[in-house]
Amino acid sequence: MKIAVAVDGSENALRAAKHAVMLAQYLPGANLEIIYVQDYSKAKDERLLSQSPESLSLKREQKVQPILEYAREAGVNARSTMLKGNPSLEIIKYVNAEKIDKLVIGSRGLNAFQEMVLGSVSHKVLKHVDCPVTVVK
Amino acid sequence: MHTFKQQWLGNVRADLLAGIVVGLALIPEALAFAFIVGVDPRVALYASFTIAVITSFVGGRPGLISAATGAMALVLVSLMANHGLQYVLAATILTGIIQLILGSLGVANLMRFIPNSVMLGFVNALGIMIFITQMPYLLGSSMMTYIFAVVTLILVYAVPRFFTAIPAPLIAIVVMTTVALLSGVKLQTIGDLGTMPSSLPMFFLPDIPLNLETLKIILPYSLALSVVGLLESLLTSQVLDDMTATPSNKNREARGQGIANFITGFFGGMAGCALIGQSVINIKSGGRGRLSTLTAGVFLIFLIIVLGDVVVKIPMPVLAGVMIMVSMTTFNWGSFKFLRQAPKSESIVMLITVAIILYTHNLAIGVVIGVILSALFFVAKISRVTVTKNAGVYRIKGPLFFASTTKFIQSFDDTAEKEIIIDFGDSQLWDESAVGAIFKVKQKLEAKGTDVTIRGLNASSEILYKKLL
Repeated sequence: MKIAVAVDGSENALRAAKHAVMLAQYLPGANLEIIYVQDYSKAKDERLLSQSPESLSLKREQKVQPILEYAREAGVNARSTMLKGNPSLEIIKYVNAEKIDKLVIGSRGLNAFQEMVLGSVSHKVLKHVDCPVTVVK
Repeated sequence: MHTFKQQWLGNVRADLLAGIVVGLALIPEALAFAFIVGVDPRVALYASFTIAVITSFVGGRPGLISAATGAMALVLVSLMANHGLQYVLAATILTGIIQLILGSLGVANLMRFIPNSVMLGFVNALGIMIFITQMPYLLGSSMMTYIFAVVTLILVYAVPRFFTAIPAPLIAIVVMTTVALLSGVKLQTIGDLGTMPSSLPMFFLPDIPLNLETLKIILPYSLALSVVGLLESLLTSQVLDDMTATPSNKNREARGQGIANFITGFFGGMAGCALIGQSVINIKSGGRGRLSTLTAGVFLIFLIIVLGDVVVKIPMPVLAGVMIMVSMTTFNWGSFKFLRQAPKSESIVMLITVAIILYTHNLAIGVVIGVILSALFFVAKISRVTVTKNAGVYRIKGPLFFASTTKFIQSFDDTAEKEIIIDFGDSQLWDESAVGAIFKVKQKLEAKGTDVTIRGLNASSEILYKKLL
């Protein structure tokens, strides 16, 4: 059983990750995959807001490592995967290609207008992945 | 040879498609940059064509898109206004020579010394300046001008939500130009600025007197263009390195920028550099290899020659709308959070860089002063030395060098013990001043009858201490 959770360093993602860890604890032999996507649209600003390429990669690791540690402390077999590109497209591509059995994803809880302007990652992913999805509020 | 083939033919289909998208994305901005400098649209379009094509061969970062840019355009404004196009072309050629020399000397290695606070200041000032250039044109003009500018702005932000295959600015331009033509409203158009190219650029020598007087005029501009062009190109290379997780040769990129500007000047084009926005579009569209940059340049000139008659009908307020969007995306909105979270010295460097650029209208001066300022802040920060005294043991914390020795010496002014130990376990001796300071303290204390023992020097400090004393 392969469970995946998509994270981005936000509070919602953390809640989603905790939920995914809980699921993995109840399913014997489950493997948890923590997916982080480096958003191409933010590449320029991320570079400008970090001191060096090294500090930038550290910042990204800091979004994934605590969750990885949390999962391992909970006795879950977990690993992390870094992807690059458009977050929703990359998550969909990865989940379908890797035949993930269950995806957990956080939701920013946007209203209709915000969703139109910002675009909802969870909605888009929900529509196009082949496996059951849990959206955590 | 393997990498050569890889860089050109490793990604043919995606490179061709991405190159076409980028070619389309280059047009609106090239036209607008010509408008900023006050030159014929040809000067920017020819530049974008030649720079893109040349850097695709000689650049150091495959997939990087270089062309006429806003940053370079802003440097050229006053040269164009005071001396005219021929001097702009001459300055472009000289910029190429300077960048080629700097690239050969390994200028890219200095990029490490430009802190991100300075780069933030640079892009923020750039965004503000591009925004300001559009103001005199919009303020106090007709109602129709406002309506066209605002609708364009709405289109460039709304369209990408539904459709991303063609760059939104181009869609906005096509739609708004059609609306203007069908409704017959009277608006200033690109055609009012000058004629459109109907042929490929030709080689010619700029018509300027070759003397010291000319050099005096163009050299300051060429130096500024060199700094601005290299900074933006190397920054963009870094962003692309990160996006593609592949390294690139930054010094080759610097030389490539030089070669491109040098040749472009002879073909009637203005100086250019890498474009962050278009380079990111290229990577997002799947472009990775050199073929994508070449395709972008070739497709651009093909479109311009074929569509020249249509391009002259583009209303200026539409272009202004596009440029306002460009200024908004150039500005780094995360800077406000940066100001709250970053150390005070970094915030000050960023703000001063912005202030100097806006005051002098010179991006290069702002960057240079920003770098100097941050270097001084850095020295001040690391020159902090603390001395803690405990039962005759003086523990030194912090590096000892020319900037920190005064504080070190002062710490021993009121020593009254008969016997003291100075512990350097948490310190590092860097230079003659450090060894000199220790010697001075020892001498002074021993004259007062205090016995001084030095301990805890690390290996390299010990070597320096023994060598100099």
